[in-house]
Amino acid sequence: MGLELYLDLLSASCRAVYIFAKKNGIPFDFQFVDLLKGHHHSKEYIEINPLRKLPSLKDGKFILSESVAILFYLCRKYSTPSHWYPPDLHTRARVDEFMAWQHTAIQLPMNKILWIKLLIPMITGEEVPAEKTEQMLAEVRNNLQFFEEKFLQDKMFITGDCISLADLVALVEMMQPMGGNHNVFLNNSKLADWRMRVELALGSGLFWEAHQRLMTLAEWDCSTLDPWVKERICNLLQKFK
Amino acid sequence: MGLELYLDLLSQPCRAVYIFAKKNSIPFELRTVDLRKGQHLSDAFAQISPLQKVPVLKDGDFTLTESVAILLYLTRKYKVPDHWYPQDLQARARVDEYLAWQHTALRRNCLRALWHKVMLPVFLGEPVSPEMLAATLAKLDVTLQVLEDKFLQDKAFLAGPHVSLADLVAITELMHPVGAGCQVFKDRPKLAAWRQRVEAAVGEVLFQEAHEVILKAKNSQPADPIIKQKLMSRVLAMIQ
Repeated sequence: MGLELYLDLLSASCRAVYIFAKKNGIPFDFQFVDLLKGHHHSKEYIEINPLRKLPSLKDGKFILSESVAILFYLCRKYSTPSHWYPPDLHTRARVDEFMAWQHTAIQLPMNKILWIKLLIPMITGEEVPAEKTEQMLAEVRNNLQFFEEKFLQDKMFITGDCISLADLVALVEMMQPMGGNHNVFLNNSKLADWRMRVELALGSGLFWEAHQRLMTLAEWDCSTLDPWVKERICNLLQKFK
Repeated sequence: MGLELYLDLLSQPCRAVYIFAKKNSIPFELRTVDLRKGQHLSDAFAQISPLQKVPVLKDGDFTLTESVAILLYLTRKYKVPDHWYPQDLQARARVDEYLAWQHTALRRNCLRALWHKVMLPVFLGEPVSPEMLAATLAKLDVTLQVLEDKFLQDKAFLAGPHVSLADLVAITELMHPVGAGCQVFKDRPKLAAWRQRVEAAVGEVLFQEAHEVILKAKNSQPADPIIKQKLMSRVLAMIQ
């Protein structure tokens, strides 16, 4: 059995790993773990990852979680072109800095927007209070501003002239709110230009293929949702009140 | 000007960076940024780092934030012993896996334990309800179980047979609730044994020195009202 990647492309972390593997011609078996059907809680998947999170990588007997760790592993094992994770000490440090910062500054808030704008109203029938929504959006705006000023600056990509893992991870995460019809690139031409450059560097076909499931999320019939899962999501709503 | 490290040993990530640099005899100028005096909010510090957080590394014109990035930078620049960040593909992946996971898991719960149990009531004079504290400590407990079951398992150290960056980052996190008076290692013999091993690997004198500040956290002087006002919203955002 070759390399296996356990993925649901609804997750930004999964999209990063998927796009990276495809772009670099790394052969793998796509093991679909359907988040909407709760398959990450299945007995089979818990054996792969007891934390029930995606993505996971399985290479023979070796199992690895955490998309950042998986991306580094793939870079090294498959000797991908050096621009993905440049060897220069300072440049590499900038990528590391972004990869550390993004967990709480970009990934979490971007995902929250999707929940606030789409999933919570869809599943519970209730909207999150406007005040909380505004608070969340303000946080995201601040963090995006910081992203532009510190990481992007006036460069084509985060590390300079070439795309790296940092751009890939940043973009798939910033795409997350699109699933709820919220476009963070609107009215921000600098960010929108960078977004286009990253898409083109990855290949538009691959990029949009990877985002297909996210972009059609609004069409999901959530009436099939497990009642226990639905209850947990309703409890989640309480946190926003 | 040589390497400068802007640190407050009250902060977990600062402790990890401090211990690592000292242990590997990496020469640096310690620039103390007293968080409880709000020094991180000064204009001078904002020039160093606009995010106004610690730790910060400054190496000539090069400035770097994020403790994981700083640890990796020091690892590469100063060519430290292999076990800290092993060359072996799978061993290294294990370290990366831990360093990624901890941001939103152990880090968050250890921070909340310290602030809910000690810093909010003692330093900021803001009482925390017993229910909130109990909920925080329960979440910490769950995370500790994950640390044991998924990361440590039956190994000597988190990523394998030797101490690595993962252990250093983890132990400095766990000392946060310890500083708050939480009995993190009681009833957890596996974790307690691992702690002893990490302390021995780091060196007990260095370990104690790095943790002197956090172990006295309960004795924090109440914050100056002006400082408290400046700090409050940032603290609440940090521990939400």
